[in-house]
Amino acid sequence: MKNRVVITGLGVVAPNGVGLTEFTKAIKSGTSGITFHQELKDKGFSCCIGGIPTISEEKKNEYLTPLQLRGFNSTSILYGVISGIDAWKDAGFSVDENSDLDYNSGLIFGTGTSGIEKFREAIYKIDDQNVRRLGSTSVIQTMASGISAYLGGILGFGNQVTTNSSACTTGTEALLMGFERIKNGNAKRMLVGSSSDSSLYTWGGFDAMRVMTYKHNQTPEKGSRPMSATASGFVPGSGGGALVLESLESALERNATIYAEVLGGNINSGGQRNGGTLTAPNATAVQKCITDAILDANISADEIDAINGHLTATSKDSLEVENWTKALQRTGTNFPLINSLKSMVGHCLSGAGAIESVASVLQIKEQFVFPNINCEDVHPEILALIAADKIPQKTIEKNINILAKASFGFGDVNACVIFKKYSEF
Amino acid sequence: MTKEEIIKKLTTIVKPYVQNEEGFKNISEETDFINDLEINSANLVDIILDVEDEFDIEIDNDAMEKMLSVKATVAIIQEKMNA
Repeated sequence: MKNRVVITGLGVVAPNGVGLTEFTKAIKSGTSGITFHQELKDKGFSCCIGGIPTISEEKKNEYLTPLQLRGFNSTSILYGVISGIDAWKDAGFSVDENSDLDYNSGLIFGTGTSGIEKFREAIYKIDDQNVRRLGSTSVIQTMASGISAYLGGILGFGNQVTTNSSACTTGTEALLMGFERIKNGNAKRMLVGSSSDSSLYTWGGFDAMRVMTYKHNQTPEKGSRPMSATASGFVPGSGGGALVLESLESALERNATIYAEVLGGNINSGGQRNGGTLTAPNATAVQKCITDAILDANISADEIDAINGHLTATSKDSLEVENWTKALQRTGTNFPLINSLKSMVGHCLSGAGAIESVASVLQIKEQFVFPNINCEDVHPEILALIAADKIPQKTIEKNINILAKASFGFGDVNACVIFKKYSEF
Repeated sequence: MTKEEIIKKLTTIVKPYVQNEEGFKNISEETDFINDLEINSANLVDIILDVEDEFDIEIDNDAMEKMLSVKATVAIIQEKMNA
């Protein structure tokens, strides 16, 4: 028998809100976390705006010991640690360095590159023939699995502790891999999530590819415009998100708060065939990912109340909406409500899937759909596919029973997860 | 610099890495970093870098391997400073 899997804890570090309370308030009110950054301008970036979470030194000290903070220079690990610890506490667990080793709990925490600023430090020292001056902190902060290593030790997990990486799909993929592990009885609880560094060195390559907008340096909050006719590229973001997945049995035993159920999902790749490339999606594979997720969740496409899309504010948004209409066989006024968190936080890259999954689950728990800001001028290609009122401009209070969330990434990789409001049957 | 002055500076350097506070309270020339202070062995290289900065010396690999106790460390610091 397969286990049912529910979500019992959430944590988030987003450009428009750090912590669940602040983040929920921000997404309900349509608050942008995008600001102008002088250092981007100074380095000659075309796009000088971005989303960076605000974390005080005080806050850092709440989560990391003075020893852990010595020579610490990795925002991806910082965001991962904060969101991960918050999610674990939110699920009703305590964080104690002397806790018993817990073989029933594991974690999958993804990233694109870890600690890129720390890596830069190391490169400068090595080039300066000073390799011995790296000390002990370079490896643990720059290995991709640095995040899972930090969290695994802080929480004392004895089940699988690992890091996944699949570009902008990373967080959603982590969630589905954790889901599978609990469903198949290999773990009772999996902390899943992802994060991405706030760094020029993460964002620079995208600026060079001309996929980030350069038109909104004077109007940062207006810059991220998914599904808009005037969308002109994505706005870079950063941060982390985490979710505690748990077998229903374990959650009920503990009398835990259940945010939502993970009904199922799918992860696939377009193989860079049929129009797919390293950077563009194979549309057929995207549609198959969605339909296979629906099959896996054992629902019908008509039951989906809301979609949280990938929708980055590049020219690919229309194609994504078209893929949803084809996969669901629903168009016009029959299409579900659809939104993109990126309008408020930008594209948090490897952190996106987890932060957006947290936002998706909050919508189910609190029964609302957050607005698409900066989409007062919906793209005509999208209006030809779905009704305008399916793209909320203001928060809608609505009974959301089933929500589909998808993420797509470079390398032509896709992930789609189906969340459902928890009910006993 | 006297031995006492060196030990005083060394005590400040190792403090953040110490995991056995009891051992730290009783720090003396005989204190062993790993056995008495429970310092993570990976952090020994950080202590050595901090020592280099504090005393403006350079510690080679051979000397580094011996720096497991207060006594040995003080001796190496004195040797390098007088070199």
